[in-house]
Amino acid sequence: MIRLIKNGRVIDPANNEDSHRDIWIDEDGRISNGSHDSNQLSPEQIIDASDCWVIPGLVDLAARFREPGEEQKGSICSESAAALASGITTVCLPPDTIPVIDTPAVVELIQQRTKRCNSPHIYALGAMSVGLDSVQLSELGALKEAGCVGISNANHPISDSQFMRNIMDYAVSYNLKVFLTPVDQYLSKHGCAHEGQVATRMGLPGIPVAAETAIVARDLALIEATGVSAHFCRLSSARSVEMIANAQQRGLQISADVSAHQLFLTENDIVNFNSNAHVLPPLRTERDRDALRQAVADGIISAICSDHQPHEADAKLAPFAETEAGMSTLETLLPLCMKFIHEQGMDPATILRSVTQGPADILGIQSGNLATGKAADITILDPQTEWTLDSSNMLSHGKNTAFGGWPFKGIVKNTLINGEQKYSCL
Amino acid sequence: MSSIQLTPTGKLRHFLTIEGLPRDMLVSILDTAESLTSVKDRSIKKVPLLRGKTVANLFFEPSTRTRTTFELAAKRLSADVLNIAMSTSATTKGESLLDTLRNLEAMHVDMFVVRHAQSGAAHFIAQQVAPHVSIVNAGDGRHAHPTQAMLDVFTIRRHKPDFGGLTVAIVGDIRHSRVARSQIHALNTLLTGEVRVIAPQTLLPADVETLGVKVFHSLDEGLRDVDVIIMLRLQRERMQGGRLPSEHEYYQQYGMTTERLAIAKPDAMIMHPGPINRGVEMSSSVADSPQSVILEQVSHGIAIRMAVMSMAMQHNQPDKAPQAAT
Repeated sequence: MIRLIKNGRVIDPANNEDSHRDIWIDEDGRISNGSHDSNQLSPEQIIDASDCWVIPGLVDLAARFREPGEEQKGSICSESAAALASGITTVCLPPDTIPVIDTPAVVELIQQRTKRCNSPHIYALGAMSVGLDSVQLSELGALKEAGCVGISNANHPISDSQFMRNIMDYAVSYNLKVFLTPVDQYLSKHGCAHEGQVATRMGLPGIPVAAETAIVARDLALIEATGVSAHFCRLSSARSVEMIANAQQRGLQISADVSAHQLFLTENDIVNFNSNAHVLPPLRTERDRDALRQAVADGIISAICSDHQPHEADAKLAPFAETEAGMSTLETLLPLCMKFIHEQGMDPATILRSVTQGPADILGIQSGNLATGKAADITILDPQTEWTLDSSNMLSHGKNTAFGGWPFKGIVKNTLINGEQKYSCL
Repeated sequence: MSSIQLTPTGKLRHFLTIEGLPRDMLVSILDTAESLTSVKDRSIKKVPLLRGKTVANLFFEPSTRTRTTFELAAKRLSADVLNIAMSTSATTKGESLLDTLRNLEAMHVDMFVVRHAQSGAAHFIAQQVAPHVSIVNAGDGRHAHPTQAMLDVFTIRRHKPDFGGLTVAIVGDIRHSRVARSQIHALNTLLTGEVRVIAPQTLLPADVETLGVKVFHSLDEGLRDVDVIIMLRLQRERMQGGRLPSEHEYYQQYGMTTERLAIAKPDAMIMHPGPINRGVEMSSSVADSPQSVILEQVSHGIAIRMAVMSMAMQHNQPDKAPQAAT
């Protein structure tokens, strides 16, 4: 169907564009210039985007859909609906499903199940080690052929430095990117909160900043030695940002991301043992949060992800340390980005780049770009409408958010994938 | 923090932590305990403050001293008492904490006295129970043990009532101690002149000075001019975790001996929440010295627990309950 999106403010960071113009979508679901063999096309559908922003569909670097294996927490269909309603058109799944994404069969299973309902484009990271056991190397060649865009050991630390080096060396052979979650197994053992004054008051076992920086330092050394293409996931501390920035300045080709909630919450949000704010890496100090914000502004961190982890209610109904870590965040990714723009005076292009072109480049995929000829993955949002988050109204199966009751500004009106309307708020 | 433990009019509803309670509230607990100490001297050791109420001691960690004093306190207030040792009960059969709680609630228990290995367990339970049920924290993880701290300041007040002029030193494993955290909050709320912690760095939590204490690594330096010395129990696990080399070295460096006691003020009190490891935290000669008030602490535990239970129950009647929800 030929569609025309009229009168919107088109913000396309990939092409440094911020202008009022119309966007045409051709019969193949691609962005066109509105003519074919110099004949003007006539649209079959016109979407009025007056007073709206027209942006590339969001690319989320990390979201758990919990299927296969933990359907009590969420399913590909439930979480897809939440993603589409939140303007997210591409999602990358970490490998910690049950079974783990360590064979092509699991990748195929996920691809098949994706077809059961409307879903965003779904990519997967393969597991570095079989069953994420940090001992035996997965069949990375097979995983790449099956479509994995990179490899990761999810939140399972790899303590054996020689094994990590072997993973990187082996990944180089297949030109696979490694997605690293820097955490020291021993320094973080039993920990559930940032080691600092709040955890001390609450008597919660802490996770020091050094649990992150020690492994960032090790992995930087190994990246340098092996020449692997690498990405650091979910930075949480000012000190890590500094280390990544230094390495980038030295010319090391590395990227990094942060979860949106780390840009807004701090250790103070766990006071009163609020288990919805139990996340890993833990929420740290205001200083860390401010450094992460600055790193996004400076481009040191080139992607903001949701790090979506839906849970059933029971998973959060226990004393803090016994609750499962993680927050349901698909539906707050864009709202928090808008808050960043509205309240922190951030340039819209910089923030939107970190949820579109930034993560697309990290994954090495052709998304997050509104140039003529690109697939029409488009999100249309009304940037001014104000609303308040009520967790019980969330579409995700997981209602576990620490943002309940927060005021937001900006709602998604339409989400298009390959030119097809997959969500409309009307 | 923890406004959950007060009613909208600022009365005690649960007793979860000292942190955030106003000074008046602590003084009122101490005064109430004072008035209840005489109950033990009557021929019939009972007052009817909790008559017709049911108190359940819900202990997910083993305890003899604390559970017994809570039981005695409830009985002296004329309550019916259930003792449930959860470490050997339902949760080991896979029942969740919440299910256990719901079942007991269905038996119309009015107050739960809870001890649990996880910090925040008492808060969690307080958030889940019906509005007319009170929770008293008998120790949660490393977080708080507020009745222990109250009986400690009660004991101090009986000997040295002017907190403003006191220097109090807490010696030992502060890092893993819920007792120390509650003591620090209680002492600071009562405007104690100076609160010190004395321990090797491995037994101190991060940023401990933000709790309002002065840090010493040397026992000899830390004891100078001290009026009250609180020794903490050392758990054997600390040696396995690599936090200490040996009990021998700990005793050499941080053990309280008669010679060291002489560094403090001549009338310095020696306290310990019990049970004592003799020859690890302190020598027998110190534990049994006239300056030791360790056994006094135990008997004061009953009066303090009676005070806290009666105050929490008083402001938590079912007919007044709806206003208490937060």
